[in-house]
Amino acid sequence: MSGSSDGRDRSKSEATSVLDIAERASDYATLCEAHGNRPDALIEILHAVQARFGYVPDDAAATLAHALNLSRAEVHGVITFYHDFHTAPVGRHVVRLCRAEACQAVGAHALVRHACASYEVEPGQTTADGSITLEEVFCLGNCALGPAAEIDGRLYGRMTADRLNRITADLRSTTSEAAE
Amino acid sequence: MSAPITITVAKDAAARSVGADDVAGRIAEEAAARGIDVVLKRTGTRGLLYLEPLVEVVTDAGRIAFGPVSPDDVADLFDAGFPQTGDHPLCLGPTEEIPYLARQTRITFGRCGVIDPTDIAEYRATRGFRGLEAALAKSPAQVVEDVVASGLRGRGGAGFPTGIKWRTVAAADADQKYICCNADEGDSGTFADRILMEGDPLHLIEGMTIAGIAVGADTGYVYIRSEYPDAVATMREAIAACEAAHLLGDDILGSGKSFRLHVRVGAGAYICGEESAMLESLEGKRGVVRAKPPIPAIAGLFGKPTIVNNVLSFAAVPSILADGPEAYEAYGFGKSRGTMPFQLAGNIARGGLVEVAFGITLKDLVEDFGGGTRSGRPVRAVQVGGPLGAYIPADQMGLPKDYETFAEAGFMVGHGGIVVFDDTVDMAEQARFAFEFCEKESCGKCTPCRIGAVRGRETVEKILSGQEVAGNVALIEELCTLMTDASLCAMGGLTPMPVASALKHFPEDFDRVGAREAAE
Repeated sequence: MSGSSDGRDRSKSEATSVLDIAERASDYATLCEAHGNRPDALIEILHAVQARFGYVPDDAAATLAHALNLSRAEVHGVITFYHDFHTAPVGRHVVRLCRAEACQAVGAHALVRHACASYEVEPGQTTADGSITLEEVFCLGNCALGPAAEIDGRLYGRMTADRLNRITADLRSTTSEAAE
Repeated sequence: MSAPITITVAKDAAARSVGADDVAGRIAEEAAARGIDVVLKRTGTRGLLYLEPLVEVVTDAGRIAFGPVSPDDVADLFDAGFPQTGDHPLCLGPTEEIPYLARQTRITFGRCGVIDPTDIAEYRATRGFRGLEAALAKSPAQVVEDVVASGLRGRGGAGFPTGIKWRTVAAADADQKYICCNADEGDSGTFADRILMEGDPLHLIEGMTIAGIAVGADTGYVYIRSEYPDAVATMREAIAACEAAHLLGDDILGSGKSFRLHVRVGAGAYICGEESAMLESLEGKRGVVRAKPPIPAIAGLFGKPTIVNNVLSFAAVPSILADGPEAYEAYGFGKSRGTMPFQLAGNIARGGLVEVAFGITLKDLVEDFGGGTRSGRPVRAVQVGGPLGAYIPADQMGLPKDYETFAEAGFMVGHGGIVVFDDTVDMAEQARFAFEFCEKESCGKCTPCRIGAVRGRETVEKILSGQEVAGNVALIEELCTLMTDASLCAMGGLTPMPVASALKHFPEDFDRVGAREAAE
């Protein structure tokens, strides 16, 4: 590969990312405006940012702080305080397993261990192929029908290792079909 | 042509988690294929979660229940004459006669599983808005005094008299007051708030509106945890329906009074169930606990006088106004008046919601209602009152459930969650988890909680690996005393409850032998 083409590629990707950042900044500002630029709406706005991008990108804090008349430290503080907000992209699918007491009483720990082993990740991590992020969560409010799981926003009760394997296989197959 | 037959299937999140949507879909398909005219109605859940997906057929003689119905059962049900006849092994007879439901006193949860949750006409037809009408016919001060007279105590966990809180806010002189509903139901083993918001959201709206009228607040917020997306959606739908019907907004029911209600969604933080942390979160900030005083009734949301009550406290209010405080006060035991929705969870054969008067024993709840463990093994421990509640050994389940009796025994009723464990539970591991949970969910403001939780977890881990067990148990006991006495809120202050109760009642589980000693 010649040096000149290398340089061209780099300048092209830089141009794209500058454009992305500018576009994102305008998106953030629009979301803030939709909430009247009210500082008390920060959490709502962060939910909206995450719904739009899948996570809260690094550059969000500065724009949000400016729009809401907060310090960047205050915005950063809120992003990092709440478990819901991701600061990096997550997998194409998110599997959340409840690890609270009611689910523990019916085998949640074993289910989490099984998921960790089969996905080869720890809770909070994403599989090597980027298909699944595994998360632990404390209570999904399905405590009479545990172990509870939430997969891509859908709640499941009486989850078992076998059922999780089947659902995981389905998720991975639909993901790979979509990629083809 | 005969009238269509109405069939109800819950759209509650728990029912859907075990296939209620698929069952409803299959019923619609089978009925269409067989040319049977049915109307499928989606309701909240009756709270008989062990029977979900529960299918009910509306008949002249009441509703006939079938459950638990799996999608694969549907064709078989129709082959046996469903929905015209109930001749099938899954038929449970009239829903109201199922002992689990028949033995309950459904004051707060009477409509759950019965009506379309956001249908105002149906809500009205089942005595809805009678409490609001009664409240509008009285002076605000009389409304507050009715709530005081009912003996209602906060259902969120602390059990503080609701009417006294209302009196304080009513007496406060301010240009703006707020009504905040704490629907951050984060305790494991609890789901009553969720069931109510998904199954009878208008009831909560009615209770909050009465509160607003009573204390002179024109704005309210429902703070719902993000783990409850269905409750968020149903509450928003119900609020929109009320706004359209002039039941929220300006000039409610022609009274000239205004009340507006907003839903706010949390972002995954257990501590936001603590009222002052919830207020911080409602203001868009980190959910860090505030030091008290001032109490929220004096300086709450945005520094204004604020009522903060749990979902179930607000939902108890309409019937107090509609039927009079005496009727509500007639239920209960000692100083715990009215009914309490208990929630049977964990390793339990018949999990679900049990609304009964205070005074029932834990044994009744776990054995008679719950049917013992799901695994079929003996019950060993029951955690009552959420992750910060004590572990009660099976042989002490005879205590009547009311705030005072429980407090005397060193336990707490909390939000009514009851989590059952069988004899395979390792109580030292549960103690370790209590600290781990506190470590992960502490807001970090006060040192006993922030640091104590970490040191506590590490010390229990040493015990688990058999290192200086006696010394480390003594250290845990000392740490528990410190956290109880010196923490700012219940998070650090009550984490010692599960730990100390596990140590007290199950000392044998902490009697670990180190690898080195075992080898000798």
